[in-house]
Amino acid sequence: MAVVQTRTEPTPQTPAAVAPAPVAAPAGRDLRLDLFRGIALWLIFLDHIPSNIVSWVTIRNYGFSDAAEMFVFISGYTAAFVYGRAMRERGFVVAGARILKRAWQVYIAHVFLFVVYLAEIAYVSKNFESSLYAEEWNIFDFLKQPDVTLFQALLLKFKPANMDVLPLYIVLLLGFPTALWLLLRRPALALAASMTLYAMARTFEWNLPAYPSGEWVFNPLAWQLLFVIGAWCGVGGAERLAGLIRSRVVTALAVIYLLFAFAIVMTWYFPRYGYLVPHWLGELIYPIDKANLDVLRLLHFLALAVLAVRFVPPGWPALEWPVFRPAILCGQHSLEIFCLGVFLAFAGHFIRVELSGGPLLQLMISLTGIGVMIGVAWLLTWYQALEGRGPARRTRNADLAGGDV
Amino acid sequence: MKAFPLLLATLVPLSPALAADEACELGKPLIPVEAVLPHAAAAVTERHSLNIIVLGSGSSTLPGPTGEKNAYPARLEAALGPLLPGVGVKVVTYIKTRQTAAEMMEQELQRIEEQKPALIIWQTGTVDAIKGVDPEEFRQTLDQGVALLQADGVDVVLMNMQYSPRTDAMISITAYADNMRWVSLQHDVPLFDRLALMKHWVELGTFDLYDASKNTDTAERVHDCIGKLLAGLIAAAVKQPAPAAETR
Repeated sequence: MAVVQTRTEPTPQTPAAVAPAPVAAPAGRDLRLDLFRGIALWLIFLDHIPSNIVSWVTIRNYGFSDAAEMFVFISGYTAAFVYGRAMRERGFVVAGARILKRAWQVYIAHVFLFVVYLAEIAYVSKNFESSLYAEEWNIFDFLKQPDVTLFQALLLKFKPANMDVLPLYIVLLLGFPTALWLLLRRPALALAASMTLYAMARTFEWNLPAYPSGEWVFNPLAWQLLFVIGAWCGVGGAERLAGLIRSRVVTALAVIYLLFAFAIVMTWYFPRYGYLVPHWLGELIYPIDKANLDVLRLLHFLALAVLAVRFVPPGWPALEWPVFRPAILCGQHSLEIFCLGVFLAFAGHFIRVELSGGPLLQLMISLTGIGVMIGVAWLLTWYQALEGRGPARRTRNADLAGGDV
Repeated sequence: MKAFPLLLATLVPLSPALAADEACELGKPLIPVEAVLPHAAAAVTERHSLNIIVLGSGSSTLPGPTGEKNAYPARLEAALGPLLPGVGVKVVTYIKTRQTAAEMMEQELQRIEEQKPALIIWQTGTVDAIKGVDPEEFRQTLDQGVALLQADGVDVVLMNMQYSPRTDAMISITAYADNMRWVSLQHDVPLFDRLALMKHWVELGTFDLYDASKNTDTAERVHDCIGKLLAGLIAAAVKQPAPAAETR
């Protein structure tokens, strides 16, 4: 049962900590990452249940960014942490192969979710004849031509609602071996290259095509910036920034910006106060472009991250408290729990529609869903321990975490 | 005991009418109050007429032979009459199912301009979301369309998509709804937030919009309320002292 110990105690025990590393990498597993990723998974689940009253607790209602930013950043961080170690120890080819294998796993997970989605939508379309929604009924059109739809889905061009995160992650992983190689050698150059790509993608409107029309909802060429910023922090950038993050000026700026974002977002929910936003300001900030990771969204996430790092220090004893355990467990199995969350959101929506339930039912669905996520995360941990992946489990688990969305 | 059936008899015919009006009233907080429609106001005060065009897709009408009569454009015309006494209110519809905002602009906008209405209600969003039109393109289309109409001296009210609980998870409308809000803010045109309104009704239990059956009754009541609330918005806006309408 040394297994449990290895998880919670961030003791360096792999050769990586001993091997000479060009960049100083943090030694142990940072539980904060698991915690925040676990929370992000819950928020994404709540946001994915359409029109969920409980989703009022999620951060997207109080600022520009949402759980997607948290997720992409933390995934970049852990991916760099884990595969960076592999790349330093075993070289580019082995680490690159592992990353690509991970991309393949994510692809399989995406296809699985797509099948679940198809099943649900096909069922719903069977007995849908409401006269109020004759227009919305057209969404079922694609079922009439499965030949095109299925191919476009396998090509990641046809992505139904809420199924955009995994394809983004697949593309990010495909480009990650090269990015990581550069990050380990010239981190600043890698960051600059990523920013350039971001700026160019936004300026020249580069994006991947989608089916039946339009482009990707999460533009990988823009969102890669957040992933690379995360990865840059994961290979030692976080330490370099530590002083800056703790400075009072930065904290004050972060707080001011978050309050500003909060005030703006409130005018969306209470349109009567919309006139309080000056015209020039509206001209300046709208539209806030999620597809291309708007600068306002990026800044909002970074401000949140600054506060999180400041008020939740590494090795914070409270991280070991039982209250945080469920979120940490979920964060440690993020691909599985993410997929489960998407599935549960479908199922929850389905139940709600069939029962025509009100807020109480929504609350129950939300809580049950999170409960199931925690239960499954616990089972996965238990199963890993059972498999007896004792000391070796550490790397194995890290691989999971690193690859996670 | 004798009074009981009598009481019942007076209550029964009253309650549906009362309930219907109350249902509409419940949506009031979501209707912008400070909307200004200067050209519509000028038409009302100077010419005592108000020509409104509804440009929209399938959700601006109802299926069936009586659909058009019960859909919100007709209900709007009926509701505006008493609110603007002595004003000739006329609502003309340009409705085609499955039309995106860009298609409306290409195919209908010119014909509409020739009509010289005082006000246009532009209902859009759903079809673009279903077809997956790039939200940014959608925004630009709206932006250009609204600018064009404003330059022509036509007031605009934007109307966004319906809230449809059953297909909620299947059509990602958020980006389109956001863009409509931004265009409305940028051009200072009121947004009739049908999405929030219908969601509000579902949350309050006013209408059961989960019902997948051919429930024409609910559909008609929803459209009736939308027509009434829209009429309220327009009536209040044309009575506002508008900076452009110096005739007041």
